Amino acid sequence: MIQTLSHYLSFTFVQYALIAGLLISLCASLLGVTLVLKRYSMIGDGLSHVAFGAMSVAAVCSLAPMAVTLPVTIIAAVILLGVNSNGKIKGDAAIAMISVGALAIGYLLMNVFTVSTNISGDVCTTLFGSTSILTLTKSDIVLCCVLAAVVILVYILFYHKIFAVTFDEGFAGATGTNTKLYNNLIAVVTAVVIVLAMNLVGALLVSALIIFPALTAMRVFKSFFSVIIGAAVISVACTLIGLLSAIVFGTPVGSTIVVTDIVVFFIFSVIGKISGRARA
Amino acid sequence: MALIECKDVSLGYEGKPIVTGLNFEVSEGDYLCIIGENGSGKSTLMKALLGQKSILSGKITFDKSLDRKEIGYLPQQTVVQKDFPACVREIVLSGCLNGCGLRPFYSAAQKRLAEDNMKKLGISDLADKCYRELSGGQQQRVLLARALCATKKLLILDEPVAGLDPVVTRSLYALIKEINENGITVIMVSHDMKASVEYASHILHIGHTPLFFGKKSEYAESDISELFTVSGGDSQ
Repeated sequence: MIQTLSHYLSFTFVQYALIAGLLISLCASLLGVTLVLKRYSMIGDGLSHVAFGAMSVAAVCSLAPMAVTLPVTIIAAVILLGVNSNGKIKGDAAIAMISVGALAIGYLLMNVFTVSTNISGDVCTTLFGSTSILTLTKSDIVLCCVLAAVVILVYILFYHKIFAVTFDEGFAGATGTNTKLYNNLIAVVTAVVIVLAMNLVGALLVSALIIFPALTAMRVFKSFFSVIIGAAVISVACTLIGLLSAIVFGTPVGSTIVVTDIVVFFIFSVIGKISGRARA
Repeated sequence: MALIECKDVSLGYEGKPIVTGLNFEVSEGDYLCIIGENGSGKSTLMKALLGQKSILSGKITFDKSLDRKEIGYLPQQTVVQKDFPACVREIVLSGCLNGCGLRPFYSAAQKRLAEDNMKKLGISDLADKCYRELSGGQQQRVLLARALCATKKLLILDEPVAGLDPVVTRSLYALIKEINENGITVIMVSHDMKASVEYASHILHIGHTPLFFGKKSEYAESDISELFTVSGGDSQ
């Protein structure tokens, strides 16, 4: 098996897939902790559907997918994370609304203005990411690396502010932290990560990359810092295992990664239960 | 000169006033309790003091020595916090954030301040404990330590004893009194009439219009306090 693995690893496209996959899952897990704690777990799902819709529009108008998808998703993210403070439509309803709406519009557009002969295949690829991670080009990888570096840098520089806004927006706002600015920052970065991650696992499974590592780390770790580090390590490890087994066993990449995440989540749940009982 | 001065202030939502004609001032070292029934505008007033809500009319003036960013605030607990994975030190330290400006990390002096405040509130031994595993009283102490990190002058407390048992309540009140005696001005929003009268130096009683503002000795003799205590108006 190791021989098969090293044989596969000698291909450039496999190396590209590994680099992209690990960077994306690292970014997704960092943001995931904040999003899960802010009760925005569904935003990954919502935004990925928006990105799917935008991608269909780009395909129909034959524009570069990134150029359309990224700005549209960012705008949607800012609106969704901002909705909560206005309160006319509650956060979860707004997410559901935009998410389903974008999905429907995207599919409709792809059907009406057919570009390729295999619509259901195209839709399936976008939704489940099937093999697109294995067909990345060098420029994709460069873009991916740059965006990932920006996300990680932003997260490190604003770590304490992000913590304050996540833990207690009321207090942070009252003591002079610009909560709106940081909420929007989180929204923009989330959108970037989601658009990136769609290549890896597809639109439907993006949320898994965001929420599973965070939830898994929270089973066991007690401080915010250790949860962040834990989530990052868990996420990278799961993607590595998932990606390699997908290549070796020929299973779909996205779902294999997510299944790995699920398994690790249950292992950590059990560990958390046992260590919790031992202390009590 | 007064630390905060409110002149003819009206507060409300979407143009509809909830409370009108507020006139009061807070001097350095005061312990002001704002009391009143649910919906009387206590929390709205507090938000206005914190600058989170604009006022409909009138004026709130702050003394030059008091920066709006340097108000220590103890909010009510939110759902998010109840199961938040963060250790006590991280939370207390986050109170120092307003002193950071654009600097991304905390300075050594700020870390010392956080340690000092934890010691002051007797939670040093909890520093590495997880917030969600603490008791209600301990959690309030953590948030109080955080508020102290954010201020040198003024604390605003929003019903700090909500949901705590009588013993813990009493020790928290004693702690707040001690903080006040060490020179920090305290403004507390409360339902708890008895404790307010016992600990505060000034009382502001509101119910759509200000019913009373003055020293607590005068308040105890006023009709309005009698009405409240005798008729069981104490809403908790």
